Amino acid sequence: MSIIELKNVSKTFDAKKSNIHALSNIDLCVEEGEIFGVIGLSGAGKSTLVRCMNLLEKPTDGEILIDGKNLLKLSNRELRLMRREIGMIFQHFNLLMQRNVLDNVCFPMEIAGVSKAEARKRAKQYLDIVGLSDKAKAYPVQLSGGQKQRVAIARTLASNPRIILCDEATSALDPQTTGTILNLLKQINKEYQITVVVITHEMRVVEEICDRVAVLDHGVLAEVGDVKEVFKAPKSNAAKALLLERKIKQLEGDVANDI
Amino acid sequence: MIFKDMMTMLAEGTRDTLYMVLISTLLGYVIGLPLGILLTISDVDGISPNKVLYKILDIIINITRSIPFLILLILIMPFTKLVVGKSYGTTATIVPLTIAAAPLIARMVESSLKEVDKGVIEAAFSMGAGGFTIIWKVMVTEARTSLLVGVTIALGTILGYSAMAGVIGGGGLGDIAIRYGYYRYETGVMIVTVAVLVVLMQVLQWAGMLISKKIDRRRGK
Ligand SMILES: Nc1ncnc2c1ncn2[C@@H]1O[C@H](COP(=O)(O)OP(=O)(O)OP(=O)(O)O)[C@@H](O)[C@H]1O
Ligand SMILES: [Mg+2]
Repeated sequence: MSIIELKNVSKTFDAKKSNIHALSNIDLCVEEGEIFGVIGLSGAGKSTLVRCMNLLEKPTDGEILIDGKNLLKLSNRELRLMRREIGMIFQHFNLLMQRNVLDNVCFPMEIAGVSKAEARKRAKQYLDIVGLSDKAKAYPVQLSGGQKQRVAIARTLASNPRIILCDEATSALDPQTTGTILNLLKQINKEYQITVVVITHEMRVVEEICDRVAVLDHGVLAEVGDVKEVFKAPKSNAAKALLLERKIKQLEGDVANDI
Repeated sequence: MIFKDMMTMLAEGTRDTLYMVLISTLLGYVIGLPLGILLTISDVDGISPNKVLYKILDIIINITRSIPFLILLILIMPFTKLVVGKSYGTTATIVPLTIAAAPLIARMVESSLKEVDKGVIEAAFSMGAGGFTIIWKVMVTEARTSLLVGVTIALGTILGYSAMAGVIGGGGLGDIAIRYGYYRYETGVMIVTVAVLVVLMQVLQWAGMLISKKIDRRRGK
């Protein structure tokens, strides 16, 4: 059984002039323990897709199964419990600005009713994993983007998730910091067998950490496959376009280096 | 008027004014804070949108806010009498002050809470937080600086209103200023009383801003 399974998922936003079909009939499986990438141009529906996976966005049609359980059939309470198993990290980190780093990491445990002493103890361990033990007492405003994302990662680890969803988690970071965050995600995936879904518009991210990738094109699933195969022989136009863009960027980089 | 008597009168006036202002603001928050929260969450982009509820609250608040305070004071006199037993004096003035404060506070709470980053609220939902946790631990806590600025503004506004209540024998410094300055032409007493009001306003403003800055973690330490 796949850990995440989308069956015929569609999402339409009602807009004044015409409805926006953000997702159309998506069928998709993510297997336990893999790092799964979703790539597509801006507006392709990537965020909508990943937000459907924890029901932050309710699909207009279709089923979302986590571990075989249909999210749309859960009661509010069951959904809240389920969400604790599905961590999420965001492009803009979304930390609580009025709490220090340690208390930010404690927050999901507070929600889960873990005692304060226990939460603090565990929070320190998670900060250790992301390499930020020395910043426990700092406030988010005092951290760099990369450090903030590490706190966000520690925070998702705090609810012991089986899945981590990343929506453009590195898009606000410079290339070097992107590398370290990607490595951290990879390490967490390997060490704790947490399934990771990464949403991105950067080929590089997929190339560096994903096992498999889905290509979204205007709300339609254009192609799914092993990263190596998709890179070697892209079938869809969307994948070809994204690869071409990547190649042009590389060439530009080379030229810039030559000069 | 003897200096000593005037000092006693001013001290009592200050005490009465503070009593009215603090109690009315407190009661104003008892009503206004939940209203402000309801407005925030029931609005279209809130965490539990409800057009009808929002519209009803919106209209009630707008109506209450557009009635000039002096008119409100007189309009609700029968109600005040019902609640307190009489329609003049410091305790009676708390009723109209509270009714004037609540909608103002509700609006300020609404605008403070709406400043909270939607992304942070979303993150809390993704962790499995319920509505109650989101409201108290995310919205109210994240907006605390702005909420405290609101408290300062509310106190200042209510202080101004309480002085106006002097016109109908509302008690406190405003009452003194009107009795001596307007009815008895003792301009000296009036000026001193007004000076005390100015000082009170300054102190409130200064203390409020100081505290709200102190608890803000967004500017580093
Ligand atoms: N809440 C919403 N209301 C209306 N339309 C929306 C909403 N959210 C997304 N959309 C629309 O749905 C489509 C897909 O949006 P989505 O945010 O999923 O794209 P994306 O692939 O994540 O893009 P980006 O790379 O820019 O983040 C877009 O056309 C967008 O305008
Ligand atoms: Mg997006």
